[in-house]
Amino acid sequence: MTLLGKLTWRAIPFEQPLPLYSGAVVLLIIIAVLVWVVRRGYLPYLWREWVTSVDHKRIGVMYCILGAVMLLRGFIDAMMMRSQQAMAYNAPGFLPPSHFDQVFSAHGTIMIFFVAMPFMIGLMNLVVPLQLGVRDVAFPTLNSVSFWLTAAGALLVNLSLVIGEFDRTGWLPYPPLSELTYSPGVGVDYYCWAIQISGIGTLMTGVNFVTTILKLRAPGMHYTRMPMFCWTALASSLLIVAAFPVLTATLAMLLLDRYVGFHFFTDTGGGNSMMFMNLIWAWGHPEVYILVLPSFGIYSEVVSTFSGKPLFGYRSMIYATMAICIISFMVWLHHFFTMGAGADVNSVFGIASMIIAIPTGVKIFNWLFTMYGGTVRLATPMLWALGFMVTFAIGGMTGVMLAVPPADFQLHNSLFLVAHFHNVIIGAVLFGAFAGYTYWFPKAFGFVLDERLGKWAFWLWVIGFWVAWGPGYVVGLEGMTRRLDHYSVAEWRPWLLVAAAGVVIILLAIIAQIAQIVVSVRTREQRRDLTGDPWDGRNLEWATASPPPSFNFAALPNVRDQEPYWDMKARAREIGQLVRPEPEYQPIPMPRNSSTGFVTALFAVITGFALIWHIWWLVLLGLAGAYVTFVAFAWRDHDEELIPAAEVARLDRANRAARTARLQERMAERDSTRDSDT
Amino acid sequence: MSTSTGALRVGRDPYHLGHAPSTGEPEYTGHGAGGPAPKRIVVGYGFWIFILSDVILFSCFFASYTVLIHARNGGPGPRELFDLRNTAEETVCLLLSSFACGLASLAVGRRSLLWTEVALAVTGLLGLTFIGLEVHEFTGLVARGAGPTHSAFLSAFFSLVGCHGVHVTAGLLWLGTMMAQFPAKGFKESIRHRYLCFSLFWHALDIIWIGIFTVVYLIGSLPP
Repeated sequence: MTLLGKLTWRAIPFEQPLPLYSGAVVLLIIIAVLVWVVRRGYLPYLWREWVTSVDHKRIGVMYCILGAVMLLRGFIDAMMMRSQQAMAYNAPGFLPPSHFDQVFSAHGTIMIFFVAMPFMIGLMNLVVPLQLGVRDVAFPTLNSVSFWLTAAGALLVNLSLVIGEFDRTGWLPYPPLSELTYSPGVGVDYYCWAIQISGIGTLMTGVNFVTTILKLRAPGMHYTRMPMFCWTALASSLLIVAAFPVLTATLAMLLLDRYVGFHFFTDTGGGNSMMFMNLIWAWGHPEVYILVLPSFGIYSEVVSTFSGKPLFGYRSMIYATMAICIISFMVWLHHFFTMGAGADVNSVFGIASMIIAIPTGVKIFNWLFTMYGGTVRLATPMLWALGFMVTFAIGGMTGVMLAVPPADFQLHNSLFLVAHFHNVIIGAVLFGAFAGYTYWFPKAFGFVLDERLGKWAFWLWVIGFWVAWGPGYVVGLEGMTRRLDHYSVAEWRPWLLVAAAGVVIILLAIIAQIAQIVVSVRTREQRRDLTGDPWDGRNLEWATASPPPSFNFAALPNVRDQEPYWDMKARAREIGQLVRPEPEYQPIPMPRNSSTGFVTALFAVITGFALIWHIWWLVLLGLAGAYVTFVAFAWRDHDEELIPAAEVARLDRANRAARTARLQERMAERDSTRDSDT
Repeated sequence: MSTSTGALRVGRDPYHLGHAPSTGEPEYTGHGAGGPAPKRIVVGYGFWIFILSDVILFSCFFASYTVLIHARNGGPGPRELFDLRNTAEETVCLLLSSFACGLASLAVGRRSLLWTEVALAVTGLLGLTFIGLEVHEFTGLVARGAGPTHSAFLSAFFSLVGCHGVHVTAGLLWLGTMMAQFPAKGFKESIRHRYLCFSLFWHALDIIWIGIFTVVYLIGSLPP
């Protein structure tokens, strides 16, 4: 019995059919996919080209796939909550309270840590090295470790569905509720270890990207020539480096309380549960900006490309980004004005919170002025950007309302607050992820996504969002608190029914997005992006083939302008040929694939699982395994392999030919319009 | 601005990190418009960023210690518990260990395997002594009934000092691995980069210890 710690057959929720069946279905799907992969002989390909890949583009794609799959899981939780609240008027609904509590905790945890974060980090991975004009990130193998640790965390959270339970304290495990006295089960432990493991991955990503952006840029790329997305990725990575250790330390303290009887946050022994609130939000508020800053960068790229103009107020955009980066560390207390810190402290934090609206406003105006006087093309990425501006402006305003302490005392923990943060996180982060996904999809896969279905998805999402969360503001003002599994107030009922209808519209939007992928893949031959520049882009990611070769650039580009690729194209049109003569091709050393990331994550899952269930021998085994993996990696002699010059030449010549053809086409167009003018 | 090409050609290894002669690396500095930095700069810089994040981790434990210092649950406080003599011995061990680590850096620069191994062995033994003294202190406290579960103050104390101890232990594990790698792999570039990171880590732990020594032990022993 003690061999398996606390783990017994009772951990499997046989009496609760819902998680058991859904878990069984997921398991069947996974097994079916695995069988299909093995039988088609794809396993070696997957292992060689994806699982062990240290290529930043492949890792970026895997992050985005993880985010998309987890989005489905989190959305199923959302549908369950909305239908529960639609049904549970003077009735128990279909979810018992203990299950409902797990659903909203899992929803928040998954959406923040395993949807929004992987999406943003994935897009950063895919794009930042390309935009900087370099061949990879600073630490490619570490990058793979980061990804797999994030995936390990996601796996643990989903494991809790069928083995044991998830935490019932909300997406942040507030003590004293999360202490052993009140949460004796394994739910909080699942949460903590999943987040600790994926948190290490995120921290490594932050370190990796700060180093990449500050130390690896193409010759000639000053800080004030870096694309806006790189700037926001830098700000976000700096925030990760500064904030994620706080999360790690806070959860470590909670775990010490739970596992060995320490008294950091307990009610007894002098513990101080408000210290948890301060610490967790010292991470939590910057976290919001870790998510939203990269999406601001995506919008900057998209708006400028689809308006055919350079970004308006580029430098003010940098100042705004870095101002947000710093101020985001000075506002954490606004998450608990009701703690009772006093009027003076609350005022300081209230004002600091409102000040953030200024740089954010600067950004909104910069995007508007970028569009002003431009030739705006309403392609899907641009639609997402426009939808964002409207939605986010409103979400931001309700945020300023919440920043007023006396108002916050009324709105604290009400549905108004919940509507606000869904308004900004869906409206800014998720729409940003979708904009970036549509915009850079051709770069990653070499063909453009279907526009018609993309526009359907956009409109359904925007309308669905407002139908689902507009009512949240109303019932919040009517006094409805968050996380209610049943209620008896008649005035709320119609609004909650409307909100449930909104979720159905969002479901249709997600179906449209899945259909978009299926249709686009099937018709990919007609959608090929041959030149590598499908949107008439302005930055260096468009200066290489789609998908780019593993080495990205045959020769590092020489940056002469704030919009390097636009500048190259303009000069090419002047001289009637590509700016750079064909370089003398050299063999290029690239980092070798490594299974370190995957194996480490495997041991991380084992260790995490063993810790959750108190299986101590397995903990030691997992840790020893991880150590051995690292030593094995440190022991290898060849960490690079050469891509032969002939291969480099072949790939680059093909792309140069396509670009030259396109250039001549455009020059012919220009000549013919000139002729018809005269 | 008259840019690019002029700024590109700066001499090799402009920072002389560890004074090792660099060979065959690109001549970019990684500064401003200077193109990608050489591997050594990138590795050292990245590890510095990691150390900064580690410092923030410690700052949380420092903060919780100072918040909880009076939450003693009727138990003893710093003045009754801490033995400055033991702390002084620990400090001497750790600082000397850092000095030995510096000597090892010099030996690595001169490619002397013997002196590298000797200096690393001294570094490790002093680190081990430090851990021994810390374990001795901790077991003594627990034996006197002042274990971490007694009060919030003691929880914070054991976590802060223990977190440093765990770091030193991890460092010793790393040190052992490096001592095996130098003879097995020689003074390869990647191994030297790794040693650069290790020495940064080891010195950073000293800086943390100075903070602990001051905030926990010295201020704790002041008369009220």
